[in-house]
Amino acid sequence: MPLAVALPKTAAQVREVLRVCHALQMPVVARGAGTGLSGGAMPCADGLVLSLAKLNRILELDPIACTARVEPGVRNLAVSEAAAPFGLYYAPDPSSQIACSIGGNVAENSGGVHCLKYGLTVHNVLGLRGYTIEGEEIVLGGGALDTPGLDLLALAIGSEGLLVVVTEVTLRLIPKPSVAQVVMASFDDVAKAGDAVAAIIAAGIIPAGLEMMDRKATVAVEPFVQAGYDLGAEAILLAESDGTAGEVADEVAEIERVLKAAGSTGCVVSQSEAERLRFWSGRKNAFPAAGRISPDYYCMDGTIPRKHLGRMLRAIEEMEKKYALRCMNVFHAGDGNLHPLILFDAHQEGEWDRADRFGADILALCVALGGTITGEHGVGIEKIGSMCVQFTPSEREAFFAIKRAFDADGLLNPGKAIPTLHRCAEFGRMHVHDGQLPFADLPRF
Amino acid sequence: MSMETSLIELRERILAANAARAPLRLRGGGSKDFYGEALAGEVLDTRGHVGIIDYEPSELVITARCGTPLAEIEATLAQHGQCLPFEPPAFGDDTTIGGAVAAGLSGPRRAYAGAARDFVLGAHLVDAQGELLRFGGQVMKNVAGFDVSRLLCGSLGVLGLIAQVSLKVLPRPREEISLRFDADIADALATFHRWRAQPLPITATAWHDGAATVRLSGSPSALHAARATLGGAPLNDADARTWWLGLRDQTYGFFRDDNQPLWRLSLPATAPIDISGGDLIEWSGALRWLRSEAPAAEIRATASQLGGTAMLWRGARAASMFHPLSPIQLELHKRLKRQFDPHGIFNRGRLSAEF
Ligand SMILES: Cc1cc2nc3c(=O)[nH]c(=O)nc-3n(C[C@H](O)[C@H](O)[C@H](O)COP(=O)(O)OP(=O)(O)OC[C@H]3O[C@@H](n4cnc5c(N)ncnc54)[C@H](O)[C@@H]3O)c2cc1C
Repeated sequence: MPLAVALPKTAAQVREVLRVCHALQMPVVARGAGTGLSGGAMPCADGLVLSLAKLNRILELDPIACTARVEPGVRNLAVSEAAAPFGLYYAPDPSSQIACSIGGNVAENSGGVHCLKYGLTVHNVLGLRGYTIEGEEIVLGGGALDTPGLDLLALAIGSEGLLVVVTEVTLRLIPKPSVAQVVMASFDDVAKAGDAVAAIIAAGIIPAGLEMMDRKATVAVEPFVQAGYDLGAEAILLAESDGTAGEVADEVAEIERVLKAAGSTGCVVSQSEAERLRFWSGRKNAFPAAGRISPDYYCMDGTIPRKHLGRMLRAIEEMEKKYALRCMNVFHAGDGNLHPLILFDAHQEGEWDRADRFGADILALCVALGGTITGEHGVGIEKIGSMCVQFTPSEREAFFAIKRAFDADGLLNPGKAIPTLHRCAEFGRMHVHDGQLPFADLPRF
Repeated sequence: MSMETSLIELRERILAANAARAPLRLRGGGSKDFYGEALAGEVLDTRGHVGIIDYEPSELVITARCGTPLAEIEATLAQHGQCLPFEPPAFGDDTTIGGAVAAGLSGPRRAYAGAARDFVLGAHLVDAQGELLRFGGQVMKNVAGFDVSRLLCGSLGVLGLIAQVSLKVLPRPREEISLRFDADIADALATFHRWRAQPLPITATAWHDGAATVRLSGSPSALHAARATLGGAPLNDADARTWWLGLRDQTYGFFRDDNQPLWRLSLPATAPIDISGGDLIEWSGALRWLRSEAPAAEIRATASQLGGTAMLWRGARAASMFHPLSPIQLELHKRLKRQFDPHGIFNRGRLSAEF
């Protein structure tokens, strides 16, 4: 439980709250919609929760400049809804887009199924305004494309509420493509589906979205949304093409050709907008579906080079046996961003502990395969141990150096995103495998 | 972590410089010596640390050591039908990839495909203590830790030596066509803005001397459809190539004449045309080049008023090159500099006279 909660309505009030907290040396945790999947907005006991929910106005929508200036509490989907009458939309579309806030998206550098072609939050934010913990207003980027000095805008995006509290964001809007169609392909083997993803990219195609679901995932969502998935298939791929009618017709044909050559056992192409949305609805509802078939699930978010998708999926199958837990796979295959959902029951003795170790194993393998422990959900509190696997002590010290430059007293979202040496030593102790102590070089306190 | 010999040599120079508090001037091919406030310190030539480390076309990523020539990277990508989508300006034959990323400049495609920083996936940095730090990586999505690799893009080496970079690459467009229209500046801008709000495969626009030029890239059917909507007269392939390269590398005549100061204005694309109107316009109006003898303070005040900034790109340096930073931004820059390079050995004064 936090000490206090502030619900400011204006940026000026945010500044005042920060000034007071800074003067009192009280920790501040910014909070958007609370949909984060890494515990980034989790309050701290001796601190204040600064909710940005009431800063929820779209300040300006400029259909000529193709930009929207919004407050951080605006919901992601609300931006595209407001832009729709002008034939424009905001491209990053996290599955949580009906609920999550733009401020949260900026803090996490969120992605969505369309970021393969249209980029992540960092590629679609032109500027922001916010305050440092000292209550100093900071303006980064804006309506112009280039700004002098270091790219502090890029640094602020994905900084998980550790550097600035964002009070206004300028978003890039893009024209809605005239046509979009999705190809749904079945595979009798998950590894083959993984290889098909690499084959599409290798053929010079960048689909608007390229997602994969394994059979556990399709079986879980189908009764829920009736998306029409092939439940006999071990895995399905959803590949979207968008653009002009001619362009889409050419690209869809090419995608089908590559998928068949990669061993797909069947391809269906959406024939109407309703059908296209139906194919996607299953993918977008995968997390809630997991919640329906299992009392608890633990969602991972590692990213690996695409070429290792098949290998990763086989390794996860082995881990299911090792930990005696089921894991369903839904992911942004085109980007190599995995979302294994480890299913468990927290009421069963030892299950959470096994799920936790299962997850840490997956992330360690992501790093070993040349990837990362988080592609879009952030480190927050949840993956803080795995940060010790990915970064050396000097690299983590560099992150602290940046933190100090913005927030010398460490008041903004303390204890999140970057682990201390002490924390890593503890993580090491928790994960002693085969009698080997990881990070034996680190001092243990 | 093991280091290649060429990197060990660079690191030793850094450690020695740091111990002696002696500034170092990081330099690749020197094609961007003109870019920045001041050049100080002994040259640390990066061109011994070369080579493409990893490139698999199906991963859409290339990783190379900082001294690798940009031309080598572009040729390698071209062999596999791929490219650096931000069209980094070379400004000469000796440009290195490390220098291109440190400068962070982007060419004609910037307003449509993204800037250099949008394609940086990872970087290795050697800091003043000689520590080799790895940020980001070779994957498309990575939010572990602060996004330091993008911060390094455009840092002009003030935080340390960018030892290697991983960049996202994309397939080269299947086809390209450039169209030219007679237009005065107001018409050209209005047209660019109208097109921007439509789903058209535009990848470059420019206006100069009574003519607007637009480049379309994509599949044959998309280009066919767009051409029918846009009209205009097609340039032949050689002329189109010369034109866009001329803008990218500034070999085009307009950029060659150094009699008058040349200003580079980064403005909202829809900023009105007055003093900031510009003599040559790119990026649908977001980049405006201006030859003007007007006082720097006046040009900068106008740019600020319009929501942008003005850089004194070339010509007699009566003012700083870069648009001044706000007090809070400057303070944050100084603090970051102190954290990474406490004795100020890296490219002192290059990004700002203040550090
Ligand atoms: C069902 C479901 C599906 C999801 N799908 C996706 C997906 O496809 N892609 C994806 O990337 N994520 C996804 N997420 C994760 C989550 O929705 C995103 O991370 C989202 O951006 C969080 O936004 P929020 O407003 O809920 O932020 P919160 O959870 O409230 O906060 C997240 C972090 O942002 C910080 N923060 C919030 N607002 C501000 C501010 N104004 N200034 C500074 N810091 C701030 C907080 O301190 C915290 O660290 C999903 C989550 C759920 C529950």
